[in-house]
Amino acid sequence: MSDIPKADELFKSIDYNPPATGWMDTPVDFSPGHWCYPAKPEKMEYMESKLPGLWGPARQWNPGEADWKLPPNWKEIVVKGFRERLKKFRTLQVFMDICVRCGACADKCHFFIGSGDPKNMPVLRAELMRSVYRGEFTVAGKILGKLTGSRVMEEDVLKEWFIYFYQCTQCRRCSLYCPYGIDTAEMTMMARELMHLVGLNINWIMEPVANCNVTGNHLGIQPHAFKDIVDFMVDDIEEVTGKRVKAPLNEKGHEILFITPSGDVFADPGIYTFMGYLMLFDEIGLDYTMSTYASEGGNFGSFTNNEVMKKLNAKMYAEAERLGCKWILGGECGHMWRVVHQYMDTMTGDTQHAGMTTPRSPITGTVFETSAATKMLHITEFTADLMKHNKLKLDPSRNDHLRVTFHDSCNPARGMGLLEEPRYVIKHVCNNYFEMPDGTTREQTFCCAGGSGLNTDEIMEIRLRGGLPRGNALRYVQEKHGVNTMACICAIDRATLIPLADYWAPGVTIAGVHELVANALVMEGESERKMNLRQEYLPGYEDEEDDWTPPNMEDA
Amino acid sequence: MNALYSLLFVFLLVLIPLFGVDAAHMRTFFGVCIPATAFIIFIVGFVYKVITWARSAVPFRIPTTGGQFRSFDPKLFPQNKLDCPQTGAQTFFRMVLEVFAFRSLFRNTAVSLHQGKDHPIVAYKSSKWLWLFAIVFHYSFFIIALRHLRLFLEPVPFFVNGLEFVDGLLQIGAPTMYLTDVGLVAGILLLMGRRLINPRINYISYVSDFFPLFLILSIALSGIYMRYYAKVDVIAIKELAMGLVTFNYVVPETIGVSFFIHVFLVSCLMAYFPFSKLMHFPGVFLSPTRNMPNDTRAKHHVNPWNDPNIKAHPYADYEKQFGVPMAEAGLPLDNPENGKAPEEKA
Ligand code: SF4
Ligand code: SF4
Repeated sequence: MSDIPKADELFKSIDYNPPATGWMDTPVDFSPGHWCYPAKPEKMEYMESKLPGLWGPARQWNPGEADWKLPPNWKEIVVKGFRERLKKFRTLQVFMDICVRCGACADKCHFFIGSGDPKNMPVLRAELMRSVYRGEFTVAGKILGKLTGSRVMEEDVLKEWFIYFYQCTQCRRCSLYCPYGIDTAEMTMMARELMHLVGLNINWIMEPVANCNVTGNHLGIQPHAFKDIVDFMVDDIEEVTGKRVKAPLNEKGHEILFITPSGDVFADPGIYTFMGYLMLFDEIGLDYTMSTYASEGGNFGSFTNNEVMKKLNAKMYAEAERLGCKWILGGECGHMWRVVHQYMDTMTGDTQHAGMTTPRSPITGTVFETSAATKMLHITEFTADLMKHNKLKLDPSRNDHLRVTFHDSCNPARGMGLLEEPRYVIKHVCNNYFEMPDGTTREQTFCCAGGSGLNTDEIMEIRLRGGLPRGNALRYVQEKHGVNTMACICAIDRATLIPLADYWAPGVTIAGVHELVANALVMEGESERKMNLRQEYLPGYEDEEDDWTPPNMEDA
Repeated sequence: MNALYSLLFVFLLVLIPLFGVDAAHMRTFFGVCIPATAFIIFIVGFVYKVITWARSAVPFRIPTTGGQFRSFDPKLFPQNKLDCPQTGAQTFFRMVLEVFAFRSLFRNTAVSLHQGKDHPIVAYKSSKWLWLFAIVFHYSFFIIALRHLRLFLEPVPFFVNGLEFVDGLLQIGAPTMYLTDVGLVAGILLLMGRRLINPRINYISYVSDFFPLFLILSIALSGIYMRYYAKVDVIAIKELAMGLVTFNYVVPETIGVSFFIHVFLVSCLMAYFPFSKLMHFPGVFLSPTRNMPNDTRAKHHVNPWNDPNIKAHPYADYEKQFGVPMAEAGLPLDNPENGKAPEEKA
């Protein structure tokens, strides 16, 4: 990260005045740092063997070089794919026709706010596609050309797509403000589908996609390794609470299947959230199992094309059937919930087995009619219900040293409408809760700038720029209320918000909601809590064993 | 530059009837043929486009949500029924407010950057100008269009008379000035000014964004000129208009050239409409992010082209691949054979 400017310098470099040249004549910067690395050929070959015809030729190529090694008939493929999708998606067809370029969306995108690059204005991002639509498919565009903002498909256009449609995190903030609900995230999805057809893709998406398909999770953790990690976490929980919790894996005959993003199993600080789930389920005696086969909730297919989205999603019902579970409980994850909420039942509802039922909390008896079709419940709904019925013994004072704010993850907020449940849960386990400023929370929340498969390090400066709006709102509550913890309900957030906070609001820690829950959870027969799940001493216990290093920090 | 081109185009359009009627004496052509053709183009183009939209599938429900969805406990977590509708009725009201009150534009904000004392500040403030300009423009346009019905209908419907009365309430000048005439011109100038002055909006404006504004402006101005200055023969115009709707063409000699200019420009607008961004008018009703309820977890919805052949990677394959380490780790297996190392099997 050495060549990334300091926060102050970066801020000063933002200029909202567009360049003197028109957008079609302004060249795109292809220097390193502006693009993500393309997928490894073996990942492409693997996906081609699973879903043939969607991936273009597997090859080694470099976006920084002039020759992208496109197939010779790339243009026909893209134009034909475009035409097909206009029929398959009314969103695409309507949104191509009705934008009035009013600019209401222009300054709503975090990537524009942090970069000032006009092609990051959602309207112009969509124009990159719309101009081709007009030039290739409309009479007026063909005759009048540039006057109507039309152009034909050319290699430069495709290259521009690659840069800017991988600078959109599909967060949908722009759509909220558009008078016609034009959803640039949907345009981005279509553009990416088209680019995939000719083999333009990024490794940070394709490798997880391939991994999810084989091993069940995006990190490629094999089942025995998965079990090892979970066992470690059970050990750590014992260290902190003195209790050995159950962590059932691949077991048949339980009522509930629990699926969470694998980021929670592998990455710090997601693991603390995962430990939180285990402790909560053990405490209430939940009849559940997890699965190593369906061990990824996050759906990387939604960043590629709807075929992969469906293929990866289908695992959830397949595993519920194999294990005989009645319904599925889902962990804290952003994209997973967008897919579960908006796509799952439509795509894979017919693969549900007959024994599945509308989720009903075995602890409180609440029946969740809101998920009658998908049979899938969000964990904050589940926990909020427990809290409402006073089923948990909680000691929020254990979190008193934390001053907490909540980051609404884009997908649950704008792709679903899940806003209050997580707040309700946090407020039950933390005494110091503060909202970030209006205009940056709830449906107006700002993206972590690493969603939709962009949380890769080679574009760190772009991510930090995109992270400005979120980071600045965080800085505000940090100064005003001494906030030192930002909670969230998304595994990608838990990974991407860390560098973002370090850069824009140093000193703020990122935590999952169920990490906070577990720290406050008073478990039956537990030993006195001196440490939190991160094995940091709680205030008042700091002096004990001064020279001891937490095991997970040893090589840090 | 794009604005200049547009201005020039509209100017040329004005010249056509000016010379056509006066010099070439093509009154029937401009009074009957052109408007009738334009009207046909408008209707056919409009319907064609809407059918194109309607024929493309809506595979997934993806309403934009602004606010809390319907929760398991609607009392504890009250649903935002308008921005996160879950029933047909709620969705209907969302659309009504969108179409009649431009609700999404109303929540518009503007971003600005500031250098605070020791760190940068990104600020968002409410920005309702666009909403205001758009409301003034669209409502004026709408009411003026309705007022014109008096030329095409006999007897004149009561609401048209009512509208005229309210519209002329200020009773300024003779003939009475209509508020909407002022509103329309002001609305266009404000929207156009915004496009010209705001550098970001200017950057995204094409000829096709300025052209309709200039065209409508010239329509408004020619109309105003006719009514307040040229004082054209309204009775004769009604005769012509009624002739058009009853397919009984007459072109009275008493109609002045300003009328032909007005009609020609309106015809241009009609013919241009289906091929332009003006189609946002029917489009807003078909926008899939706004016109569907947010109920996908509760109700089944069908994707017409769902591909049943796409299936999950089979668990059986997974177990075959990882069975040995799974067995060693003590994970249960469906088929114990998979847990045996190759040499054991042999
Ligand atoms: S807000 Fe909507 S209509 Fe306006 S420019 Fe953006 S996408 Fe186009
Ligand atoms: S979806 Fe999000 S990232 Fe993409 S253009 Fe809209 S606001 Fe920007």
